[in-house]
Amino acid sequence: MTDATVYGVCSAVLVGLGLFGLIMHPQPLRKILAFNLIGGGIFLLFGVVARRGAAAGLGGDPVPQALVITGLVVAFAATALTVALLLRLFEETGRATLRSDG
Amino acid sequence: MTLAMAFDIGLALLVVGVATWTIVAHNTFAAVVGFVAYGLLLALVWVRLAAPDVALTEAALGSGLTGGLLLGASTRLRRTETSEDAAELPAGALRLTAVGLCTLVAAGLSALVLLLPVPAATLAPQAMASIAATGLGNPVTAVLMAYRAIDTLLEVVVLLLALVGIWSLAPDRVWDSLPGPRHHADSEGFLTFIAQLLVPVGILVGIHIFWVGSDAPGGEFQGATILAAMWVLAMMAGLVDAPPVSRRWLRLVLVVGPAVFFAIGLAGFAMAGGFLAYPESHAKMLIVAIEMPVTLSIAAALALLVAGPPERAPGR
Amino acid sequence: MSLAPHTLTILAILAGAFFFMAGTIGLLRFPDPLSRLHALTKADNLGLGLVVLGLLFQAEGLLPALKLVAIWLLVLLAGATITQLIAHAARPNGSAG
Repeated sequence: MTDATVYGVCSAVLVGLGLFGLIMHPQPLRKILAFNLIGGGIFLLFGVVARRGAAAGLGGDPVPQALVITGLVVAFAATALTVALLLRLFEETGRATLRSDG
Repeated sequence: MTLAMAFDIGLALLVVGVATWTIVAHNTFAAVVGFVAYGLLLALVWVRLAAPDVALTEAALGSGLTGGLLLGASTRLRRTETSEDAAELPAGALRLTAVGLCTLVAAGLSALVLLLPVPAATLAPQAMASIAATGLGNPVTAVLMAYRAIDTLLEVVVLLLALVGIWSLAPDRVWDSLPGPRHHADSEGFLTFIAQLLVPVGILVGIHIFWVGSDAPGGEFQGATILAAMWVLAMMAGLVDAPPVSRRWLRLVLVVGPAVFFAIGLAGFAMAGGFLAYPESHAKMLIVAIEMPVTLSIAAALALLVAGPPERAPGR
Repeated sequence: MSLAPHTLTILAILAGAFFFMAGTIGLLRFPDPLSRLHALTKADNLGLGLVVLGLLFQAEGLLPALKLVAIWLLVLLAGATITQLIAHAARPNGSAG
């Protein structure tokens, strides 16, 4: 078991934890937090694949690393849009919930 | 078990522990603080995975700016913490099913990791073989700006699309207005003091990290995030006010990066026979010529994404 | 003798780690926010300072050494300001307790 494998299992656990938080929490902001946890875990999985691809004098395969950088920026943009939607929902209805009653 | 392996296992357990805290904390503010700590620990993990560029991006963007965004949101939604919407987590059968499903997903991904092919498939030799032609020394920057430049162009456009999406959430009456609440500068205050001291240093550090990205860990996204953080700090300390979103100079700054990127891409047809193709003798110069306006645009876009939709009239 | 820098590095980083542990124990055990902030400043100033001192012996050249010291100074600046802000929020208007 190499160091990359340790972090690979860690990333799998993070995805599971984030999924649990996404399913269980009723508040949308907590769901957004859990979704970002899942994102961190998935990017870590990419990082493990990159680390295992160390060759040609590099410590890791640069292509998955560049993909993760792109993914981090896009994930931030998505989080910002989601949070803005949530705050607008709160301003309009006075409640921050996804329930559709009333 | 070597010392390094013990450290890795310890760090992985710590990351999982902080993530668990983020999920089970009752108070949303505490959960967001846990998320910021989680991001910083992930940055350490990225360093252990020999990916310093990603570590910089995760610490600055994934932990810093996202944390700031979520902290602001959790403060504004504080009233809903005690309402009936913030009910306890559903218990019983639903919880058991969720635990079962998540355990399955985690086990499946772990099996995937442990069963990866042993001579690991890698593109590192191909990346290094052509890097001399790009004139860059950092292979991740070469992938971002030369081999997969169109992904980077589309990524910048996605940032702008998210910003347009956020601005379109403004009610009609405040369309020509300033984002976010007004922060007043307290001239004796600590936040103003640190903003006045830190913003010039931060701008220097941001430009430095962008500039060394050609040959060392760094690059335009990391540098742009630091510049955006300095603008957000200045706005929060009340040193500058957020600009009204209808200002032409603001929209010009946002668009100049992708426009230059796209223009040089089109010029690639004439120069080297393909979209975003660089002629070998001028590759580095063209890449830097793209990176400078893109850094400016990304910094502005990130800061405005944090600031949010327009909500108040100018002059108030 | 090339052993001296490594020994000094290890000693300084161990001392820094001790201050980090002391600060963490203070954070966990002290009763109110102000004393917890006081404990945290030990970790920030002394702990990080000693770690940076230890790393200075491993730096190759003047510029990396100056960058390390600059990092420590920036953390000091940020830590001091955040401490003031938190203390002001925890005890507004100079009220006792």
